[in-house]
Amino acid sequence: MPASETASGKTGGLAIGREGARTLLVASGEWTIDTIGGLARQIASLDLAGEMVLDLRQVAALDTSGAYLILHLLGEAQRRRAAMTLGGLQERHAGLLRTIERAMVPVAIKGEWRHPWLAVLERLGRNSVEQLQEGRDLVAFLGAVAIALGRALIRPSRLRLPALFSHMERAGFNALLIVGLLAFLIGIVLAYQGADQLARFGAQIFTVNLVAIGMLREMGVLMTAIIVAGRSGSAFTAQIGTMQVNEEIDALRTIGLDPIELLAVPRILALLIVLPLLTFYADMMGLLGGAVMAILVLDISFAQFASQAALAVKASTFFVGMVKAPLFGFVIGLVGCYEGLQVSRSAESVGLRTTRSVVASIFIIIVLDAGFSILFALLRI
Amino acid sequence: MAAPSAVIEIDGLVTRFGQAVIHEDLDLSVERGEVFAIVGGSGTGKSVLLREIVGLMRPAEGRVRVLGHDVARLDPGAARHLRRRWGMLFQDGALFSSLTVGENIDLPLKEHTDIDPATRRRLAQLKLGLVGLPADTVDKYPAELSGGMRKRAGLARALALDPELLFLDEPTAGLDPIAANGVDELVRSLRRALGLTVVMVTHDLDSLHAISDRIGVLVDKRIRVGTIASLIQDDHPWIRDYFRGPRGRAAAGGGGKVGGGGEG
Repeated sequence: MPASETASGKTGGLAIGREGARTLLVASGEWTIDTIGGLARQIASLDLAGEMVLDLRQVAALDTSGAYLILHLLGEAQRRRAAMTLGGLQERHAGLLRTIERAMVPVAIKGEWRHPWLAVLERLGRNSVEQLQEGRDLVAFLGAVAIALGRALIRPSRLRLPALFSHMERAGFNALLIVGLLAFLIGIVLAYQGADQLARFGAQIFTVNLVAIGMLREMGVLMTAIIVAGRSGSAFTAQIGTMQVNEEIDALRTIGLDPIELLAVPRILALLIVLPLLTFYADMMGLLGGAVMAILVLDISFAQFASQAALAVKASTFFVGMVKAPLFGFVIGLVGCYEGLQVSRSAESVGLRTTRSVVASIFIIIVLDAGFSILFALLRI
Repeated sequence: MAAPSAVIEIDGLVTRFGQAVIHEDLDLSVERGEVFAIVGGSGTGKSVLLREIVGLMRPAEGRVRVLGHDVARLDPGAARHLRRRWGMLFQDGALFSSLTVGENIDLPLKEHTDIDPATRRRLAQLKLGLVGLPADTVDKYPAELSGGMRKRAGLARALALDPELLFLDEPTAGLDPIAANGVDELVRSLRRALGLTVVMVTHDLDSLHAISDRIGVLVDKRIRVGTIASLIQDDHPWIRDYFRGPRGRAAAGGGGKVGGGGEG
């Protein structure tokens, strides 16, 4: 007898015989979740035609899956115009079969078929529209934040100082180690690469210029902004997004508190204040890294390094770097909070938005930095 | 059948959170085929007890045996085998939010059986039909469902592997009375049809009257077990307030199991 056997040793079978003109299907053993995998395959290969009887007298155990399969078999027979009747249904199984029959639904047909190229085109269009809408929403959010900031400036009592200081500590003070270390290493890298190339012209001393100008104008602020975007921008999105999932943001609104004033403004202001401070610190650490490298590899004394750096750097060099810092901080905070508020009510969207927040803020920062370069070139600074 | 009639046996269970003792020397046994309800005030450790039974938490002391296996001392193979014999419904459904409802129900089937995808999909739809959800729910994401629908979908997933033992954490909480009746009716019919054993934590007195065979009340760090008729005579202040308070009387009157309990 063909039987479907499983690892747990349970077997269910379906034997095919003939009884006069009728085909006799005898179900036996267990018709449960453990056995119906094999039974379903056997049923799919059955030749359903003519007059048939499905005998259930020998079924020892039946669960919802087994009941489904019996009803499925009856349905298939009907579809193929075979006259199948049910025999030997046990009283203890009748109720279950009735329950399952009521719960069975016509199989839903899933979407219509599309040409793959058309699908790609459609997805491209959808994504483009979505991106544009995101851009518009971000600008709208910028406006809302500007209003909330303006209100806070007019009435400083609306500013949540404890929240502001706590975010400054987390985004600023707690980032000192990583920002300092990375800036120091970047200083070393710049000095080493510069020395290598400049040595060919015998102009090793200009390594100092390279490190000083490179760090102060570009690398210091850029590195700091990227680290802060990864550390704090993502944290903002995750925090606000989790609150969104828990309906906490909706709760704030119903209490009559503005989530932008309460959550976004302190975070954005914190980054606005902290990023210039971190940038200054990164500049100094980068110069220190360059100096250490210069002293160790180039046989330049610290005094020489300092005097050469002083020659190379004008006050404007320093300020060109520093002026970008608050703007970058603002952008990171803005994007982080915006993406957090865009989270829908699922855990997955928190992750998605967090990633997007980091990518978007780094993208905007680099675009802005390029813009600044062009602007300063035109202004001849 | 050779199987012992007690499906769950708990001996001398102790639960501690730091200094706080939640359960002390708690004993309990649940029989095959019954609907056993666990009730108790806030913080008496109802959900904790349920989590200890399914092995999500380890008790500080004591032994928990489910279907003859000690859940604290399972090798991975036995644990896998045991876990497919029970289903659990979490309070808010705990559906995987990155999967559609259909994929949620399909996950245990795909993992534990050799059934072909087309049959699995129809089984998932069947389970949705069983818990009273429309067929198009199968391709929806949990975030698109209401709280009550999420709960039903969670129940459908718990039923995916046709378990012998069903754990329900507050199955009717947050549902409207009609939906709650529907869940009660569903549990009752499944129990009758499949011989399920059901262990549920609930606060719903109507549900207690409608479907529970026995009730365990968590009081004074232990569990006091009885039927509604016997517990209603209990003189413990919490139990008295619970069953004989206005809501308790209303439920008893509506359920019609305890004669003359209504307020007339």
